[in-house]
Amino acid sequence: MGILFEDGNFGLFRDGFLRTVELSAASAVLALLLGVLLAAFRVSPVPVLRTFATVWIEIFRNTPLTLLFFAVTFGLPRVDVHLSAFVCAVLALGCYTASFVCEVLRSGINTVPLGQAEAARSLGMTFGQTLVQVVLPQAGRAVLGPMSSVFIALPRNSAIAGAFNVAELYSVQQTLSERGYAIFAVFFWIALAYLCVSATVALGFRRLEHRPAVAR
Amino acid sequence: MTETADSGPRALVELAGVNKHFGALHVLQDINLTITQGEVVVVIGPSGSGKSTLCRTINRLETIDGGSITIDGRPLPAEGRELARLRAEVGMVFQSFNLFAHKTVLENVVLAQVKVRRTEPAVAEAKARALLERVGVAAQADKYPAQLSGGQQQRVAIARALAMDPKVLLFDEPTSALDPEMITEVLDVMRGLAAEGMTMVVVTHEMGFARSAANRVLFMADGRIVEENTPEAFFTNPRSDRAKDFLSKILHH
Ligand SMILES: Nc1ncnc2c1ncn2[C@@H]1O[C@H](COP(=O)(O)OP(=O)(O)OP(=O)(O)O)[C@@H](O)[C@H]1O
Ligand SMILES: [Mg+2]
Repeated sequence: MGILFEDGNFGLFRDGFLRTVELSAASAVLALLLGVLLAAFRVSPVPVLRTFATVWIEIFRNTPLTLLFFAVTFGLPRVDVHLSAFVCAVLALGCYTASFVCEVLRSGINTVPLGQAEAARSLGMTFGQTLVQVVLPQAGRAVLGPMSSVFIALPRNSAIAGAFNVAELYSVQQTLSERGYAIFAVFFWIALAYLCVSATVALGFRRLEHRPAVAR
Repeated sequence: MTETADSGPRALVELAGVNKHFGALHVLQDINLTITQGEVVVVIGPSGSGKSTLCRTINRLETIDGGSITIDGRPLPAEGRELARLRAEVGMVFQSFNLFAHKTVLENVVLAQVKVRRTEPAVAEAKARALLERVGVAAQADKYPAQLSGGQQQRVAIARALAMDPKVLLFDEPTSALDPEMITEVLDVMRGLAAEGMTMVVVTHEMGFARSAANRVLFMADGRIVEENTPEAFFTNPRSDRAKDFLSKILHH
């Protein structure tokens, strides 16, 4: 079990860990922004936007993540878009996760009584104002539980990036295994590191959920 | 607001040949209706006759299939910002209050002033407090809607609508969800508004309110306006059989 502290492995491990955190954080931001936008499209009065969001979600939710990585990494250069491996990974992970964020938000939006949006609209608020000022804040609490599952899964899913030239945590496993270390020990440390990331995310959501409830 | 002497009172809301379907159901059938400035119109009729739908089409919470609706001379725009702007001129008070549950009473009255009218927050708050005072719930300003009685919530909802300085106020059964002792406090506020010249469309079965505050009663049945008259004439001497039948049911229990 001491392999982590031999032969400068720790530096390799630490860099991989930080890369995983960076990758997860960047993808989470993209997923959140895109997810909110897609959810807005999904409940918007404009049919074209609703269809667009529905199609997007069906594509990204039902395609294996590895395939998405393939598509981004090898498909984009074909149309002369050249991005770094890291950016490709963020795009694949972010777009994939966004479809789940959108669906969680939409189910949360459905828990808010229709009268709330009608009252906002009857006061002259636009669709966007109604969503941001009235509906989403009330959907927030119902959404936290399922949303935490989505974001706990994100760092784990990011391991796929290791196979696509991103020097993140999982790829450290390959390097160390190639150097001939006991595979079990290597996996132990890697798993522990992923657990740390996921546990941190879970803890963050737990704290949000326990904030004093809005009186209703 | 200049009016030439012979033009008479200004038409604020005009519905011409309005039709509306829900699937196969023809909920509004060739509705023609003109509401002039300062007029208080009470809409009455059996359940399912289309009263709520009529109310909701006037600020386009429901779309219409045919005909036209104009507010103060301007046709209702289809969708988007234009529509939002016009909706701000048409206040709506709902049966179920629909106060924003995550905002305090004061914030409920301030929100649209700031977001829609772009009023300075301090100015909006002063106006909100004055309106809450006027409807008698100033003491509750910092509470959340769920902490108020139904009657108080409905009065806040009226203040919230008034904060936009609407040209017309629509009420869809504003007292139907209230206990009897709270009905009076809401109706008193509404009578006050009527007396000050607010143009109002009120769906209600409160006969007392209709007699004391309304200029006109519309009786609806099966998506049509079956009868129109002054409250006195309508209640004492209904012309149509549908209205006679309906009145005998609500008067004898
Ligand atoms: N969103 C909708 N979809 C389908 N049908 C609807 C919808 N809203 C109302 N209806 C139907 O349209 C008819 C008229 O409804 P409306 O709510 O306008 O009646 P109302 O006169 O207000 O009745 P009540 O006194 O019960 O409130 C009813 O038969 C109702 O079932
Ligand atoms: Mg109704």
